[in-house]
Amino acid sequence: MAGAKLTTCPDPEDCFRRPSCLPVTDEHHVQIVRRHALQCTAQLGMSRLSSHYVATAVSELANNLFFHTSNGGEIRFCCLDKAGRVGIEIIAQDEGPGIVDIAAAMTDGFSTNGGLGAGLGGVRRLMDEFEISSKPGIGTRIIARKWLTEAELCCDRKSH
Amino acid sequence: MKIAIMKLGGILITALPLDLIDEDAMEFQGDLLNEINAHDAKGVIIDISALDLVDSFMARIINDSATMAGLLGAEVVVCGMQPQIGTTLIEMGRELLGVETALNLDLAMARILAKVKAEDMEQADDGT
Repeated sequence: MAGAKLTTCPDPEDCFRRPSCLPVTDEHHVQIVRRHALQCTAQLGMSRLSSHYVATAVSELANNLFFHTSNGGEIRFCCLDKAGRVGIEIIAQDEGPGIVDIAAAMTDGFSTNGGLGAGLGGVRRLMDEFEISSKPGIGTRIIARKWLTEAELCCDRKSH
Repeated sequence: MKIAIMKLGGILITALPLDLIDEDAMEFQGDLLNEINAHDAKGVIIDISALDLVDSFMARIINDSATMAGLLGAEVVVCGMQPQIGTTLIEMGRELLGVETALNLDLAMARILAKVKAEDMEQADDGT
């Protein structure tokens, strides 16, 4: 696990209040970021299903970092709280080969590694907001956000 | 990590672990095909109840494993999918999991035995 700065959640009690950044340079890191995503969403008060959506999206992004770059990348988790809306922001960043044709990469069935080609399109459908920017030879950055629903916000306030 | 493949009658039963990596998956697929061949297995059950999450990578491993076993002529049933995985797979995109599924191991076993029996009867009919 060379190059791993952080292997577990820094402070499980409070991991979502402070932005956290986890490296994905090894296949085992996928498990770690996935677990971290579940911790963050649980603390935010997200429903079990929404948490599962976010964790699956994070898993897709982490797999992409591992399988499509030679040096891996990192995933940042950030809690969003603005204008009465609460959510989670996930930023997957790498200095890999970049994506030449983003539109093609987003299309279902497109894959360069023999996969199902549902990864990026799937992430977009699982999350509420999705932004991608990529420069060939420089790297790729994907930002995805998921907001708490009204019902989840109410439950959260009651339980605190 | 070695994934156990158990033989019960003419059926192979196996369970995928949570932290499966690509290398293990390839080894498992090879082992599964060898076991089917060695035991003349008529059916394979792949239990995925340990998986709390199935992304497109894992879906591909399940799909590929089932397809490979099917190519050797075995009936394949995947069982034990957690409810939220079903919802997520549909949300992500259709046809992520194009395999036959059963709710649990009991039902998967019943399904496979019924299929094998039907096949045997068909063969017996052809023989007469």
